[in-house]
Amino acid sequence: MIDALTGVLLVPAAAAVLFAATPGYRVTARLNVVAALLTFLIAASLFVIEPKSGPYLLVDDLNKVFIVLTTFVAFTTSVFSASYIGHEIDIGRLTPTFVRFYHAMYQTLMFAMNLALVANNIGLMWVAIELATLTTVLMVGIYRTHEALEAAWKYFILGSVGIALALFGTILVYMAARPVVGEGLDAMVWTVLVTQAAKFDPALLNVAFVFLLLGYGTKVGLAPLHAWLPDAHAEGPTPISAVLSGLLLNVALYALLRFKMLLALNPAAIAPGPLMVTMGLISCVFAAFMLYRRRDIKRMFAYSSIEHMGIIVFAFGMGGALANFAGLLHMTMHSLTKSAIFFAVGHVAQVKGTQKIADIGGLTVTNPVLGWGLVLGVVAIAGLPPLGIFMSEFLVVSSTFAREPWLATILVFGILVALGGLFLRLNTIAFGEPRGPTAAAEASYVPMFIHLAMVFTAGIYMPPALVTGFENVARLLG
Amino acid sequence: MRGISFDIAHLLAGSLVLVSFMQLYQDRLYALLNIYALHAFVLAASVAWQAFVQDAPHLYLTAVIALVFKAVIIPTALHRIIVRLGIHREIETVVGVGPAMLLGMGLVALSMVVMLRVTADADPLAREDLAFALSVVLLGLLMMVTRRNAVSQVVGFMSLENGLVLAATGAKGMPLVVEISVAFSVLIAFIVIGIFLFRIRERFDTVDLQALDRFRGERR
Repeated sequence: MIDALTGVLLVPAAAAVLFAATPGYRVTARLNVVAALLTFLIAASLFVIEPKSGPYLLVDDLNKVFIVLTTFVAFTTSVFSASYIGHEIDIGRLTPTFVRFYHAMYQTLMFAMNLALVANNIGLMWVAIELATLTTVLMVGIYRTHEALEAAWKYFILGSVGIALALFGTILVYMAARPVVGEGLDAMVWTVLVTQAAKFDPALLNVAFVFLLLGYGTKVGLAPLHAWLPDAHAEGPTPISAVLSGLLLNVALYALLRFKMLLALNPAAIAPGPLMVTMGLISCVFAAFMLYRRRDIKRMFAYSSIEHMGIIVFAFGMGGALANFAGLLHMTMHSLTKSAIFFAVGHVAQVKGTQKIADIGGLTVTNPVLGWGLVLGVVAIAGLPPLGIFMSEFLVVSSTFAREPWLATILVFGILVALGGLFLRLNTIAFGEPRGPTAAAEASYVPMFIHLAMVFTAGIYMPPALVTGFENVARLLG
Repeated sequence: MRGISFDIAHLLAGSLVLVSFMQLYQDRLYALLNIYALHAFVLAASVAWQAFVQDAPHLYLTAVIALVFKAVIIPTALHRIIVRLGIHREIETVVGVGPAMLLGMGLVALSMVVMLRVTADADPLAREDLAFALSVVLLGLLMMVTRRNAVSQVVGFMSLENGLVLAATGAKGMPLVVEISVAFSVLIAFIVIGIFLFRIRERFDTVDLQALDRFRGERR
């Protein structure tokens, strides 16, 4: 029996095997797009026909949003990746063997992320996130330069420690569930855990959540556990930076949200909200200040991702229908915008032959389409009206002001500091004296502008279906 | 549950913590690898005992993985790598042996306080196992932060992972334990042996991570 749930797993898995066996890299780059599109279409069909959840796979309103977002960005990134990788081969930065490996890994990563999102079992979800970490470590190190190896090593060590702590948390959740649910598989199944959570031992759940927050929080990139993130973003191939920022951080966040829901159902357990709010605020403000001293363009946007993940975790930590809605919207907008920015940055770095901000200048003059695309992306990510991120940030801030004015003030401070940092750098990158090579980019602008158009539209008009969908999820999150 | 079977489980889990401490003060790589092999061996014995006590035959598989893969194959392979790289026998610790041991004792005390208080209602075997497992995990972490050398960091990570396997087997009837231990073995085998050490050697002529720090993107 093959339904849409197994479909989003089977297609990437089959594609990964196929790409590993196919030598022609230009063909696989196209097939990669086809496979990603197919996965996205299957994922979109979840909205039409909802398959039944089994003991291993599950579908509900929450993960539907995540799956569709993931597969969509994965599809647009594969389009960008095709032109990006073509250029990397032309200049000899990657050999065909490595490209073959890259495409196989790309699909393996898609498989792992989809598995983490549809898993109905906390152990299976953990294995999937581990697999996703493993594949991204390999991809970050693919250029084999000093910096890439250091980044991959750091990511491997910190990522492994993170998932190790998450596993300890997972074991503790099982220990808490066992006396109530009974031994065996049932005590790790989400749908069962959720119905029985009120009877679990609260003390065990508390300790479990601390481990899970630290473990998956490392993967979300929350300060002070974020050290791997800027390096991994800066040194890997740019499509991977886009996928890391746009998708993998969300997948880890999804895991955290599931466990938060579990804790929320147990009245005697600690409220997970304040912990998340604190870590979110620290990440946001810390990353905002870090934006100022960046010299590498990809590192700068990596810090911007930390800032936004901070805002998202903050919003979910505040909880309540409105804040959850805002968090969900912000997550979607951030995924779309940040991946669009990385699409632009990838081509910029290829044109200029460097990622150093000091060597990039006057983009709007030398490469108008690319330059203005980047400007638009940065304007969006900084949260200026009328774009989508303004909407979601406004919702986060206004819903917080009503309840905790002080927290909202700190958050606004962080957002404004980040805005200053981003525009300071944008000024030298996009305007002013042209610096560096000025060759035209062989770029595919379509994915970037599709994302930006969506973010722009969302800022002005949200389709009612989307709003009700998000409202349902927000209610589910409690 | 009280009685001889409990005592043996207790003894084995406790020895794992003890061996973790032994790892902390090893200052030569060879000795460290030997102690790690001992660590994995004790783990295998402990898992096998759990399999016997819980009457869970699938756990024997985890025990065999621990014995063959972790206690024999990995240490042998790392031995070979060390020989091939011709790296220094000395391990430089960032923190001295004395402070490291004291920190370790603090961490064990911490995990006892946390776990024993939290799991007051759980059955004693799982309870003690979990407290010991957390100690092993924290000691592994401590080792990772007190070492600079890539090989000893990996050993630290592997002993941390042994602690997790101990916790997973101690949680009675936990499903997917075998799968998880396989996943971890794949993680270790794939990355550590296959790729990183060779490439790090290839690029830097050292496995000292301090050398890597020089290549940080921001300090140019």
